[in-house]
Amino acid sequence: MSITREDVEHVARLARLRFQEDEMERMTKELGSILEYMEQLREVDTTGVEPTTHAIELFNVFREDEVRPSMDVEEVLANAPGRKGDTFRVPKIIE
Amino acid sequence: MPLEEKETPSECRRSSSEGPALSEWMRAAEARLMELWELTIWQARELLQKGELTSEELTRALLERISNVEPKIHAFITICGKEALEQAREADRLLREGKRSPLLGIPIALKDVLCTKGTPTTCGSRILENFVPPFDATVVRKLREQGAVFLGKTNMDEFAMGSSTEHSAFGPTRNPWDLERIPGGSSGGSAAAVAAHECLGALGSDTGGSIRQPASCCGIVGLKPTYGRVSRFGLVAFASSLDQIGPMTKDVRDCAILLEAISGHDTKDSTSIPVPVPPYESCLEADLRGMRVGYLESSEAEGLDPEVKEAVKRSLEIMEGMGMELIPVRLPHMAYALPSYYLVAPAEASSNLARYDGVKYGLRCGEEEGLMEMYLCTRSLGFGPEVKRRIMLGTYALSAGYYEAYYRKACQIRTLLVRDFKEAFGKCEVIVSPTSPTTAFKLGEKLHDPIEMYLSDYFTIPVNMAGLPAISIPCGFDSRGLPIGVQIIGDLLQEERILQVAYALERTLDLEKGSPPL
Repeated sequence: MSITREDVEHVARLARLRFQEDEMERMTKELGSILEYMEQLREVDTTGVEPTTHAIELFNVFREDEVRPSMDVEEVLANAPGRKGDTFRVPKIIE
Repeated sequence: MPLEEKETPSECRRSSSEGPALSEWMRAAEARLMELWELTIWQARELLQKGELTSEELTRALLERISNVEPKIHAFITICGKEALEQAREADRLLREGKRSPLLGIPIALKDVLCTKGTPTTCGSRILENFVPPFDATVVRKLREQGAVFLGKTNMDEFAMGSSTEHSAFGPTRNPWDLERIPGGSSGGSAAAVAAHECLGALGSDTGGSIRQPASCCGIVGLKPTYGRVSRFGLVAFASSLDQIGPMTKDVRDCAILLEAISGHDTKDSTSIPVPVPPYESCLEADLRGMRVGYLESSEAEGLDPEVKEAVKRSLEIMEGMGMELIPVRLPHMAYALPSYYLVAPAEASSNLARYDGVKYGLRCGEEEGLMEMYLCTRSLGFGPEVKRRIMLGTYALSAGYYEAYYRKACQIRTLLVRDFKEAFGKCEVIVSPTSPTTAFKLGEKLHDPIEMYLSDYFTIPVNMAGLPAISIPCGFDSRGLPIGVQIIGDLLQEERILQVAYALERTLDLEKGSPPL
């Protein structure tokens, strides 16, 4: 399964990344050789093997839904790249 | 997999104050024949508690050491001199009042992936260059409460993605043993800082080897705990099912002290394991005769350096000489761990790093041109090449049409790896391997060949995939004088066991390490 330039452009759009012409070429080449390396996984017969997403057993953790103190608004907004009053300022989303 | 702690057959003894050659170093330290920055954590603790040294004195000595060697090493992104001295004076006050805690007044360093309230946390990335966390990571809070002194934040590969620390947006760190070489990565700053005596110990994080491989390259001790042993709250996420925080220290005793201090369940991390923390330090000495030590029958990793192979073989012979029984074990799917890791970890990373969108914190650019342009500009400018490569790889592996062939397949192989280890641990208590196939390589040597770089984590990655604990300790030097590390892997929650084996091996090896020539 080789990766094409069109695939890379598509994935870049999904990942919200932009590449210059030369970067795009390099990325296609690099991803191609990495994916080629991954091809060896096909040698392994995984018929009927359950996938593992965590090596240890995970449990849901519940607590009462109660009002508790939360972070101060000033602290929350201290790192905001754009701020308007007590909110994060962002570009217009709906035309 | 059951999470109960196994019985440790050894007897735990409370450690007495006389460690190895205590009087010797104590005299040397008192007579100032030894530099204060050369002390280990446990040595400094003795002097602080006896009132023969103040934390302020010690912290000043380390800050001076930092300013002397940093121009060569560049282990730190942020140095917190003023805050460190304030913390040291507070620790001295508490010590005078008779308060005792293993880390009270001990100056350490933190990898810049750990959130520190009020101190910048960059993750080695431009995108977080000006980020100042409004909270402490749980491990940072724990260390703060125990009175540790924070000297600063150490350099790392951007978002912990790399094995050389060359992928830091703030320039590479150099190996104290040879300034032309890499310190390993991604916790290369922490490893170099410990090796160059710029701190008494440090914390790192390990997703595929990022504590153990740099520890090996820099000739120090590094431990990756069982997944869930240490809270990940406040650790900037790379691959959430693999990441763990762990200690990086000058010796095994220090490693036990620091691990004990950061371990334990945390309500803020639902994957942290709710079992009690053993007293790691006081359990270090154990009778290991008759213990079954597994070694990999076919450890023919691509590019395994013969000198590394020889040094690890020597360690195994020493262990046998100490009365341990060597058992050959097989991990049939080990060779597939690396390719499956490079699907699982980037897949998780691509999802975790979606949060860097220029909205709530971090870099923002292009907002004048609308929302999509803001995303594209912020992320393309903020992330470096390796991070972009992994986001692309992960996005591809998760995208429609490829999910089954790549991501799901990798997760199935992960199951087979977990089974391999389970079977191996039916035959032995620990498994010994090289930490990394080679010693430290030259800066730039593998920078443009991603797969070559990835191969330096050949022996460490399977351990993360199975969630197991493992420690790397120095076991010799190659003909160029570069440190070699040996890895000791334990079963789930068997940190105690691997520390005991490492402690015994360290004492018997008794390497004439000296200090890096700086």
